[in-house]
Amino acid sequence: MSMHTELQLVTAPEVPLEAECLSPARLAGLSQSGIERLTVMHGNREAHVGDFFKVIGNGQPLLHLEGDLSRVKYIGHRMADGEVRVDGSAGMHLGAGMSGGLIHVSGDAADWVGPEMSGGRIVVMGNAGHMVGSAYRGQSVGIQGGEILIHGNVKNELGSAMRRGLIAVGGQAGDYAGVNMRAGTIVVMGGMGIRPGAGMLRGSIVSFQPVELLPSFTYACWMRPVFLRFYLCHLGQSGFEIGDDHMGGRYRRYCGDSIEENRGEILVFDSR
Amino acid sequence: MKINRTEVADTFAEAFGMWGARVVITADTKSWARAAAQSMTGFATSVIRCKCEAAVESEIPETDTPDLRPGISVLLFAMSEKDMSDRLVERVGQCVMTCPTTACYNGLEAEQKVPVGQRLRFFGDGHQIAKVVAGRRLWRIPIMGGEFLVDDVFGIQPTIGGGNLLMLGASRQVALRAATGAVEAMRDVAGVFLPFPQGVVGSGSKVGSRYKGMIASTNEAYCPTLRGRVEHSELPEGIVAVYEVVANGLDEASLRDALRRGIHAAAERGVDVISAGNYGGTLGQYKFHLHELLGDAP
Repeated sequence: MSMHTELQLVTAPEVPLEAECLSPARLAGLSQSGIERLTVMHGNREAHVGDFFKVIGNGQPLLHLEGDLSRVKYIGHRMADGEVRVDGSAGMHLGAGMSGGLIHVSGDAADWVGPEMSGGRIVVMGNAGHMVGSAYRGQSVGIQGGEILIHGNVKNELGSAMRRGLIAVGGQAGDYAGVNMRAGTIVVMGGMGIRPGAGMLRGSIVSFQPVELLPSFTYACWMRPVFLRFYLCHLGQSGFEIGDDHMGGRYRRYCGDSIEENRGEILVFDSR
Repeated sequence: MKINRTEVADTFAEAFGMWGARVVITADTKSWARAAAQSMTGFATSVIRCKCEAAVESEIPETDTPDLRPGISVLLFAMSEKDMSDRLVERVGQCVMTCPTTACYNGLEAEQKVPVGQRLRFFGDGHQIAKVVAGRRLWRIPIMGGEFLVDDVFGIQPTIGGGNLLMLGASRQVALRAATGAVEAMRDVAGVFLPFPQGVVGSGSKVGSRYKGMIASTNEAYCPTLRGRVEHSELPEGIVAVYEVVANGLDEASLRDALRRGIHAAAERGVDVISAGNYGGTLGQYKFHLHELLGDAP
């Protein structure tokens, strides 16, 4: 008996498809036809999983999704355990409200990866959009735990208002990375846009590349942070390429944002 | 029973339950890691007066430490869970954090945990930073040398303390050579440590005393100078020195293995008699019969 449930996208949605049911807990115990009858929103119209997906197997802890799901929103919504593997790309709000388990996307992910996340792990092998690991508009706190690992690039407002957890980006990040950050750790390996850490209270932003900082950040000293070795070992084990220079190298430490509590830090790799 | 010319007494070593932790110390260089470990394990020979027992377990290559720097593993045992937290906080705080470039990690996966970094963090006076990675909470404490990194909690587990062998020799040299040989062999067993100076005890004790307030006093039955004076001397004629080797272990199997190796190593060095200390079986939960140990598979 197969230990996973497979859903193959056979009819591409014409408008975004809100599929909050595509998480292991929602599918648990359902038969193949039960899964096909689950409700999804196709634009403003109610539809069923079976209208778009070919379902193979019944509700198992491992959910395997196949196809270009870039218009399928809310995959892994509020999942607490189990595993979702997307063989292709994923739409907006991937892993929204997630508290445990693993979501792995082999392609790209759209905006709002892991909003209101409190645990678990999201891995995107390609690029991701804006607001990765961020607070929803109007909310004061972003992700409160877990890990979001993006191997490609991300756009603006990475980790906005994040309070706990780890976000790592193998490529570049857009503007305002870590804006209004409460705590937690962001590691960006490929450079970032303007105004990182604007309004941050606490937390750590690590950049492997030179970065233009706001004047409200003050240079403290250069250091070889031991805690960072811990993180980089962990990221190395998670599939990121971490060189010896970054592992044991020098980082310039900036304290900020002084318009807030001034307890945050930005560590910029110093290649000297 | 004899091994070559060495008599192995028909007796048992009596050991008792303790709590133990494994502490991994890393530093920029092996030398600083060693310095911290040496300081942390100083004055930790016996719970009788030192409140805990501790020693270096092994050196860890930098490829195997959490932060990929040179490391040292230290085992520390105490009598209760509360003691464990107190002793770890004292010794990590005073001996490891004060040593330049070090960091300190939990090295024991155990269900039960005691707060260490969680208590030490207050040294940061409000400037400390918590970091959680892969489910592990660490504290970054700002210090004059940079930052001190320490695990929030350390795993502890029930362990065994007081496993022992007595080396009875017709000369000091013979007894001491056997004791140091035994120590060398026993140290190779993972999860076992010997807390006394170079692993050897020159002044083994018995429980209690004629004096009020003394919880331990000299073990007159094994004092050569008192043979003929005390009623129940355990020393055959011709014995002039007795050295004790005390070993603690994370579990019974490793301690048995260490004691067995110790007996063979001591016998190889031609000691006259190998015996063991016990309290008639009334004090400790564990009894290691020497003859039975020799029957264990190597």
